[in-house]
Amino acid sequence: MKELRLMKGNEAISEAAIRAGVDGYFGYPITPQSEVLEYLMLEKPEERTGMVVLQAESEIAAINMVYAGAGAGKMVFTSSSSPGISLKQEGITYIAGAELPCMILNVVRGGPGLGTIQPAQSDYFQTVKGGGHGDYKLLVLAPASVQEMYDFVELSFDLAFKYRNPVMILSDGAIGQMMEKVEIGEQKVRLTDAQVKERSPWATTGKDANRERNIITSLDLDSSKQEQFNHKLQAKYKEMEDNEVRFEEIQTEDAEYIFVAYGTSARICQKSVQLARAKGIKVGLLRPITLFPFPSKRLLELSKQVKGILSVEMSAGQMIEDIKLAVECNIPVEHFGRMGGIIPSPDEVVEALEQKFL
Amino acid sequence: MAENNINNEIVKEENLVYKKTDLLTDKALSYCPGCGHGTAHRLVMEVVEELNAQEETIGVAPVGCSVLAYEFMDIDMQQAAHGRAPALGTALKRLYPEKYIFTYQGDGDLAAIGTAETIHACNRGENMTIIFVNNGIYGMTGGQMAPTTLPGMRSSTSPYGRDVESMGAPLKMTELVAQLPGTYFVTRQAVHTPAAVRKAKKAIKKAFESQKLKKGLSFVEIVSNCNSGWKMTPNQSNQWMVDNMFPFYPLGDIKVPEE
Repeated sequence: MKELRLMKGNEAISEAAIRAGVDGYFGYPITPQSEVLEYLMLEKPEERTGMVVLQAESEIAAINMVYAGAGAGKMVFTSSSSPGISLKQEGITYIAGAELPCMILNVVRGGPGLGTIQPAQSDYFQTVKGGGHGDYKLLVLAPASVQEMYDFVELSFDLAFKYRNPVMILSDGAIGQMMEKVEIGEQKVRLTDAQVKERSPWATTGKDANRERNIITSLDLDSSKQEQFNHKLQAKYKEMEDNEVRFEEIQTEDAEYIFVAYGTSARICQKSVQLARAKGIKVGLLRPITLFPFPSKRLLELSKQVKGILSVEMSAGQMIEDIKLAVECNIPVEHFGRMGGIIPSPDEVVEALEQKFL
Repeated sequence: MAENNINNEIVKEENLVYKKTDLLTDKALSYCPGCGHGTAHRLVMEVVEELNAQEETIGVAPVGCSVLAYEFMDIDMQQAAHGRAPALGTALKRLYPEKYIFTYQGDGDLAAIGTAETIHACNRGENMTIIFVNNGIYGMTGGQMAPTTLPGMRSSTSPYGRDVESMGAPLKMTELVAQLPGTYFVTRQAVHTPAAVRKAKKAIKKAFESQKLKKGLSFVEIVSNCNSGWKMTPNQSNQWMVDNMFPFYPLGDIKVPEE
């Protein structure tokens, strides 16, 4: 029988981690994601599965704990919200540079600076375009429901280990805090140390007589080798672009205009599609589920069918740049968004569509 | 090249009185001739060998002169971002509680940028070992002032000598962490004479062995020289260390577990 629970997004992700057989979580409190650490402390996963949970002294320490755990082949993750994610950027680029599989959750709040504790989507650039130094990419999943917060935990670890790359779940304060019905999966058993060695022969699990020592580092002072390594990373990102694009379409078949929106904005746009269609405007929605890799090919196809695209984001317009690149100037692309922690209403989105295109 | 200089009459099994531990690789050390890092590396690896723990040990290298420690130590190692080694050590020990975990850090890494990670790993009583090599200077970046630079001591960023009034006094991290309930064994050693080397090795071994007791963190400071950064010959730097560093950073155990 299916197990259903009413949960906050932040709780769902925590329960999913325990059930997925995750080995460790390292976190630091910040609103609106503190429930992750609170839930995990309350649930005693050390007793349930042997999972380690530790409140670190800072976001910086937490991400570096994730670096070490991932480098030792374990399934580990951390979570934070925007200002804390900024602090983690150094660690994230080291993780990308050392090619370590892990998950990082960002429950985004409004910025810049200390900003606000209300939901926003203004960390798109930071997440998708880099954030830390160097040429690297995160694989980015954008959940639009509490169920997806749950489901994306296992997906993110599958992808992280497949590509030896950090995966970020880019959520927001609304998805993190709201309660919805969640279908809970089976409890998986954590891998034994022997299984960890087998899955990740590159990891620092202790050098035995059968192999050379393993080293986790992002350093190579030889520029030609460093360039070669960068080419290898770029090839990996290309492979992600070829294989891992995920998106959802709602009523795009006959659409003359489409909204492109992810996360909370996509939830609002679902309603906006209904409202617009009731007015006789043929609108659809494309919801990117992966922000990197971005559904550029599909958007290019749609640009030959529709008259215009409205990018709806809780930011000043960040994802719109990727949409514009994707559609190769075939059609006008406009932005509508609210900032500073304000969530747009479905009516506002329809009004914006009418103002900009009709 | 080196082989040509070896006199095979002398290198005979029966003449062998010392052998480099197999846990040090054959790669030429990147340290300046006269620097104490090489000896400190050897001692750590000798201890791992004596504990028969190559498979059971994971080390963490810092940013600084010893950033490439993993090239010389034949064990699994991770290289940490600047100052974060104790955070890495924490996670490794929590996820592999039966393994020996150590960090190897310099004074810029441990006592400046990594102060928070150091204090908190010590305070949580992580059952790991921190090897802290203190030479009072940033060596790799070319001799800048460190938190441990002595009052009046010249460096490239204190060219007229460390002015305590404007630059602060040197930080005695080892005395500081000894105050925390999470540390189990805290000691300060040196590697400039055979006698000091023997004592330092004993301390490192005790630090590693105490990990098995799960009673807290073991912290071994090694006061060392930086002849290049101090702009001295190796012998002068060792003498300067004895005359100036040791009075400020006195050698010996600071916190000893009750037997």
